[in-house]
Formats: sequence, C-alpha cells, structure tokens
Amino acid sequence: MTTAVPSERPLIHPLWLRITHWVNALAVVIMVMSGWRIYNASPLFDFRFANDITLGGWLAGALQWHFAAMWLLVANGILYLALNVASKRLWRRFLPLSPRTVLADLKAALRGRLSHADPQHYNAVQRAAYLFVMLDILLLVLSGLVLWKSVQFPLLRELLGGYETARYIHFFAMAGLVGFVAIHLVMVAMVPRTLIAIIRGR
Amino acid sequence: MRKPTHQTADRDIILREALARIDSPARRRFLKGSLTLGGLSLLTGCDLGDSAGVEGALRRIDRFNDKVQAWLFDPKRLAPTYDESEMTRPFPFNAFYGLDRVPQVDADGFRLEVTGLVADRHPWSLTELGALPQADQVTRHICVEGWSAIGKWGGVPFHVFLKRIGADLDAKYVGFKCADDYYTSIDMPTALHPQTQLTLTYDGETLPARYGFPMKVRIPTKLGYKNPKHVQAIFVTNTYPGGYWEDQGYNWFGGS
Repeated sequence: MTTAVPSERPLIHPLWLRITHWVNALAVVIMVMSGWRIYNASPLFDFRFANDITLGGWLAGALQWHFAAMWLLVANGILYLALNVASKRLWRRFLPLSPRTVLADLKAALRGRLSHADPQHYNAVQRAAYLFVMLDILLLVLSGLVLWKSVQFPLLRELLGGYETARYIHFFAMAGLVGFVAIHLVMVAMVPRTLIAIIRGR
Repeated sequence: MRKPTHQTADRDIILREALARIDSPARRRFLKGSLTLGGLSLLTGCDLGDSAGVEGALRRIDRFNDKVQAWLFDPKRLAPTYDESEMTRPFPFNAFYGLDRVPQVDADGFRLEVTGLVADRHPWSLTELGALPQADQVTRHICVEGWSAIGKWGGVPFHVFLKRIGADLDAKYVGFKCADDYYTSIDMPTALHPQTQLTLTYDGETLPARYGFPMKVRIPTKLGYKNPKHVQAIFVTNTYPGGYWEDQGYNWFGGS
C-alpha cells in the first residue's frame, strides 16, 4: 500500500466514533481539571494539585465547570455506548479477551515486538485498556452521583460503601483515568498515524 | 408602500450572500481556527473562565441543575441516620470567619422574627420554641468542600413550625437571616422534609455558640452552606432570595 492515496485506505474509525472520542476528550479534560480544584478545597491526602493546572479559579467556579461538563460526559458516553452496541463494534473490536492473551501481548509490547500492522485490529493490551477506561468512567459517574446526591440514591450509596468511601473511589477512579490518558498519549506519540486515524478516520 | 419585486430581489441577494459565506474557505478557516484556539486555551488552563460568555453559560447550566435537583428530590426520602457512637468528635467548627468572631447572642432578649407569607407574624422567644414538639437526629453534615462529619442535633421539625405559623406552604422559598450577616434560602419541599429542623440543641446540650446559638436550621438533605446558624429571622416568599455563598457562585439548590 502506498501512502500517496490516503483515501483508498480502509476506514478505521467511523465518523460517530471520532466525534464521540473528541467530545469525550474535552469532557474528561474539563472534569479532571475542575475536579482537581474541588479536591484542593478538602484534600484526601497530604498534597494538593497546583492551581495552575486546575480549572475554575476557585471552588464555586470549579463546581460550576464540573457540574456543567458532567452532562457532556454522560450524554456523550451514553451515545458512544449505544452506537458501540448497536453497530456490534463493542464485541468485534474488544472481544474476546483473556488474561493470558493480555499478558502475552503485554510482554511482547514491553520487548517492543508487538505489531501495529493492522490498525483495524486491537491487540489484547489495547482491548483491556479501552475496556478498562470505559468501566473506569462508568465508576467515576456512579461514585460522582453518590457524592452529588448521596440522599437521593441510597442503593448506589450503600453499594459504594457510603459517602466517605465514595470520595476515595471517585479519587482513585480519576487517578486510573489520568493514568490511562498518560499511557494513551505516549502510545499515540510512538505511533503517530493513530492520531491521523482518530481525526480523519483512515 | 409594498414593493414585492424589490423584496424578492433582496431575498435572492441575501440568499446568495449566505450561500457564498457558507462555501467561503475563509469562513471555514475561521471556524477551524476558533475551534483549535478553544481547545488550546482549555488544555493550557488559560483564561477561559474569565470570559463573560463562558461565565453566563455556566450560570445558566447552574440554574438548570437547580431544576434537575428539585425534580430528583424525593420529599419522603430520608438522609441516612447513624448511631451516636459514630459521631465525629469534636464536630468541626466551620464559618466564613474564625472562632474568635462567633456572634454571642443574648438568650433572654432573643426573638425569632417571622415575616412574609405567613398568617401569624408574632416573634418567638426561645422558651416558646422549646415548648413546641422536639425531635433528635444523628445525621451526616456534608460540606461543599467535600469533607463530612456526623453530629446529633435536636429541635423543632421545621414543617411543624411552618404549619404552626400558618405559612403559605405553596410558596416557593423560605429565607433565613442570621446574626453574623449570613443569609440563605431553601425550596419549600425541602423546608417541609421530615428531617429539616429548627435546631436548639447539639449532642443533648443547648446549642453552643460555635454551632449556631441560639438557633440553627439543620437540613441533612442539603450541603453545609444551606444550614444557617445564629438564625434571627425566617421569611416565606415567592421572590428568589439568594444567599451569601449562592450569590457568589455556589449552586442554589445545594442538595444531596
């Protein structure tokens, strides 16, 4: 295949996926940066996030950003999952998945021997990572609901161990999401054509 | 006066111009440029929050969130209650000023002022309030900052008081004014919630000054800043009264 005729490359990401990906990216950036400012108002641990990397200016501003972008995150997330299920992409691209294949692919990746020849096919580590981040964002939304409305969602509150435990769950799920984004960006830097693909589709 | 031919001609020109604009590469460049600029300032955490347009949009969403919360609020759903052994000791003091500036209210001279859409506007002494039916609750106080603490409050169920003074229970708001110049307001469904309380005691003792003597309003379905201390006046109204923190950008409904 020559690179001179990009339009003849197969479509890797349909338009709906590219749009929901970037809307999600925007929502996640707003949620995380405003969330750090909210965390700073009453830190769970012995550190604060530098105010320069937070959003909102002060607690009330950060809360306004957080409770605005949550609609974007949830609406876009529901649309993404619905289209993923309706198009059967969820099963096609992320399954099957087993711990054995994840370990094997992880070893290969760390030795620099994992092939990226076919961008339409996710290796087991990618599948695990993308499924992880979907579930992680789901956990962020559910624990966030407990923090926002602990009285109105009693079942969810008890399932997550109560209000105070939900704060820690929300924090560690955020840490997991930020960790995913960091690795995700390193991977994109290593294989830059994936960036082209998530913008142009091919 | 009518010039239909001119109008048709004008319409055609406007339409042609509009179509030309849509196709104009300059316009597309402008749109793309502004999108990139927005993304960039967001990533760098620049002054997006300072621009008036963004602030206005955030405030509108904030008002929308008030409506969503009012809709989510179940007037019968109770905040979880706890065993006395689970109480946070000492219960944290929290205000927009330090402990040394806590107002000292004279108990004998105190009269709770009642105004607005109520039938009986007579001011209430602490003795009169103490003669009304009382109830205790051990509930979690959740601060907007994120921390929480469990305490035990006792006093008059607020719905009992509102009915006693003949308040218009279809009114939208109940507002509170405090001895420390704090003020806030709540929605009527929350005011009538069974756990909303005119608080006179803490942990079985007369409410200490640091927790709001002579009277606070304890609302376990709302965040801390919706639980006013040193309350001096209560008013029932259909005009949005706002609040000390709410007017500065905190969400008005502030419910949990």
